[in-house]
Amino acid sequence: MEKNNTDYSRRAFLRASALAGGGLMIHFSSLASLVLPKNGEAVVSEQWSELNGYIKITPDNLIKLICPNPEFGQNVMTSLPMIVAEELDVDWKQVVVEMGPHDNVKLGSQFTGGSNSMRMYWRPLREAGATARQMLMQAAAQSWEVVLEDLTTKAGIIYHEKSGKKGSYGEFASKAAGIAVPKGVKFKAVKDFSVVRSSRKNVEGAKIISGKPLFGLDYTHPGMQIAMIQHPPAFGMKLKSFDASQALKMPGIKDVFSMKLYEDGFEQGGFDVRSFNELLVVVGKTTWEVMNARKKLVVEWMPAGDTKNTVGGRGGKREVVVPGELEDTDAQHTKMREYAAKPAQQLRKDGDPETAFKNAAQIIERTYTAPFLAHNCMEPMNFFAHVTAEKALLVGPLQAPGWTEPTLMKVLNLPADKIEIQMTRMGGGFGRRAYGHYLVEAALISRKVKAPVKLIYTREDDTTYGIYRPMYTATYRAALDADKKLIGFHLKGGGIPEHAVHANRFPAGAIDNYLAEGWQIASNITVGAFRAPGSNFAAAAEQSFLDELAEAMGKDPIDFRLELLKRAKDKPVGRNNDYNADRYAAVLQLVKEKSDWNGADHGKYSRGVAAYFCHSSYAAHVVDMVIRDGQPYVERVFSAVDCGIVINPDAAANMVQGAVVDGIGNSLYGGLTHKAGVVEESNFHKYRIIRMHEAPKKIEVTFVQNEIDPTGLGEPPFPPVFGAVASALYKATGKRFYQQPFLLTRPGLPSA
Amino acid sequence: MITLNINKKTHRVDADPNTPLLWVLRDIIGLVGTKYGCGVAQCGACVVHLDGEAVRSCVTKISRAQGKKVVTIEGLSETNSHPLQKAWLDLDVSQCGYCQAGQIMSAAVLLRENKNPSEQDIDDAMAGNICRCGTYLRIREAIQLAAKDQKNG
Ligand code: FES
Ligand code: FES
Repeated sequence: MEKNNTDYSRRAFLRASALAGGGLMIHFSSLASLVLPKNGEAVVSEQWSELNGYIKITPDNLIKLICPNPEFGQNVMTSLPMIVAEELDVDWKQVVVEMGPHDNVKLGSQFTGGSNSMRMYWRPLREAGATARQMLMQAAAQSWEVVLEDLTTKAGIIYHEKSGKKGSYGEFASKAAGIAVPKGVKFKAVKDFSVVRSSRKNVEGAKIISGKPLFGLDYTHPGMQIAMIQHPPAFGMKLKSFDASQALKMPGIKDVFSMKLYEDGFEQGGFDVRSFNELLVVVGKTTWEVMNARKKLVVEWMPAGDTKNTVGGRGGKREVVVPGELEDTDAQHTKMREYAAKPAQQLRKDGDPETAFKNAAQIIERTYTAPFLAHNCMEPMNFFAHVTAEKALLVGPLQAPGWTEPTLMKVLNLPADKIEIQMTRMGGGFGRRAYGHYLVEAALISRKVKAPVKLIYTREDDTTYGIYRPMYTATYRAALDADKKLIGFHLKGGGIPEHAVHANRFPAGAIDNYLAEGWQIASNITVGAFRAPGSNFAAAAEQSFLDELAEAMGKDPIDFRLELLKRAKDKPVGRNNDYNADRYAAVLQLVKEKSDWNGADHGKYSRGVAAYFCHSSYAAHVVDMVIRDGQPYVERVFSAVDCGIVINPDAAANMVQGAVVDGIGNSLYGGLTHKAGVVEESNFHKYRIIRMHEAPKKIEVTFVQNEIDPTGLGEPPFPPVFGAVASALYKATGKRFYQQPFLLTRPGLPSA
Repeated sequence: MITLNINKKTHRVDADPNTPLLWVLRDIIGLVGTKYGCGVAQCGACVVHLDGEAVRSCVTKISRAQGKKVVTIEGLSETNSHPLQKAWLDLDVSQCGYCQAGQIMSAAVLLRENKNPSEQDIDDAMAGNICRCGTYLRIREAIQLAAKDQKNG
């Protein structure tokens, strides 16, 4: 059965409530009139009453909702506060939204990633809204000397019908802030929702299109210096020596020095990944001056050799050897083929796959590969830091403040309450900004130069010492009997430095004889989460294989999947099957209907279909491809998604459209290669990103309507795009494509 | 000292004449709406208008901007009243938003030159602007909406 991922702990909220109920941070002063200007920016007020970490109200009924999670384009800054507004029962027009500071006690885990925000905050935010509403009503009941049960609310106003009394939330906010937090407050029924499930515009939309300073790179501070890091030219190299005399003579340059990020033996947590540990740093006045001076550094690099990292976190403290090899993409492929032929770790086994394959009338075997990918966030990595002996202020783009803070505490030797982290809007994240090493780097640089500093990665820095999507391969085998019935399935996946096998996912559970295995190759190329980690490759390979299998079995690709899902539902094989067969089948059925899959004529289009389940949501796509001037273009896409209750439908559709475009781009063009450890695609002239003329003309998104607690959307629609594109390419060209990116070269038709 | 006319205001800046306009705007003048994405004329995040032409400020030296009128996203309109800005808000185009100033500045020149751009015209004019979040469909639609709005006054 599907794992229940919706019921995350409420501890953070309850803790927050307890503090708020204890009268923390309640301030209010005179009744100065407040206006809400047309552009949606609130006037700063000193008179906010805080009802809990997420809600502040002024006497004249201005409502401020605090967004806990950093925003990187998934629109949480709008959709999370919408949940609070719903239960608080306020008019969305009354609301101003503010990004919260880093405060795990009052605002929960604050992690943006893993399509987690909705899943983690749905209940806490409903509780925050509903509880605050009740506190406001209790305050009114006390003031009016009436019973609570006789009160109702609507759009931020409390009514006592019997007496005809009414008053705004604002009037009772300061009193309510002192009321003990009630327990077991009831939530609204889904059918009564008026904010959630209706489309609300991005609360920062107006600021974005007028160029307001929103991003980390836009942040400035009196006396701020600019810093850049010169990193080794290749993975597997390290600093030997440097001569900064020329660089120091350049205008605006303050300092050049080398430093270590982590001291030897530093126990790295899971998100302390960093490409290089010895930093060569240039600090100066302006970005351009530092960029120029950095070019004047005379540096000698040397092979790093095998090195040891001390790793902690899950699995306990241990030493991990990082190989020193200067890696080549060709050699990586060769090595992967060697490993693929060796015995691997068994991850799941059902029935007797060996016998099934021995008795098979036909065996279909296909191998898929995919390259490293760089995240290419439009805003390169950067962070502001001002660190003194007593405290640290850090401002910038970051997905996981709660994971970086413990590292900062250790590295800076400061307690948590002396470290202030502010999260700016991020120019993209895609998993990259879960790794806060650039923030730690900024902090150490600031401490060293005793000044406020903004560390900036150039695009080349960002691309050539990233935390990449791993390089993957997988071999799928299917055993068919003489009647072309599927009697065995074997998946063996590997990767550098990790594989992408999710052993308990579909089609596990639908096939009697099933085997999943994995292997991995150590590497010095740093990897981490990339939009639906693992899934983005697993879906591509598996869904392509199922398409080919359906064809070999003489079945329609959607019907074939539906048959397997029916089997998984009626008579599931094995245990721990990590999906809900009904919901999975429903998105396939929906996309079948919306795309008119069985329609006789789809004109010029070559169609491909794929579906996937990951990060708790289900997605299916049908892509319609054309060949123009010898190049394949996806022109139309139909998407069906089940993410439970859709909080903000238009913004959700935007996310799905974006994921589809991203999937088309990465499947056709995306990839990072190495030559002697050097990243070959240093900037967008070589690293090809999908552009407007390559994007579909239409992406029609349909959501399954249900009342299941909401799950995330940043990742789930992305992985199945790859498989759908591969199958459409097959229809368009008559060739199957097994290696990503499918278009290795720009001109001419892709080669299989 | 170089004198620059930016959004109808005169700025005298003390910078090397070879400095790209982008970094003078961002680091010296403090107009940060113009974004850095690649620095090598590949992404369009830094597009501004130089005497009405769309240029990539990351490769436009300030010496070239001298004596010309520079318009940045901050100067496109005072109250987000440009048809493109209105359309962008109407269709809620942005995801992360980082590329959008550059997108709008590129589109503004297209729309001035071509009152009724076809899909093909839009794709051609916007090919130099990357949106990593993949908001291309909405950008296209917003440009068409703005064209309509512009026609209807
Ligand atoms: S920053 Fe100028 S085109 Fe990319
Ligand atoms: S909206 Fe994020 S890059 Fe375009």
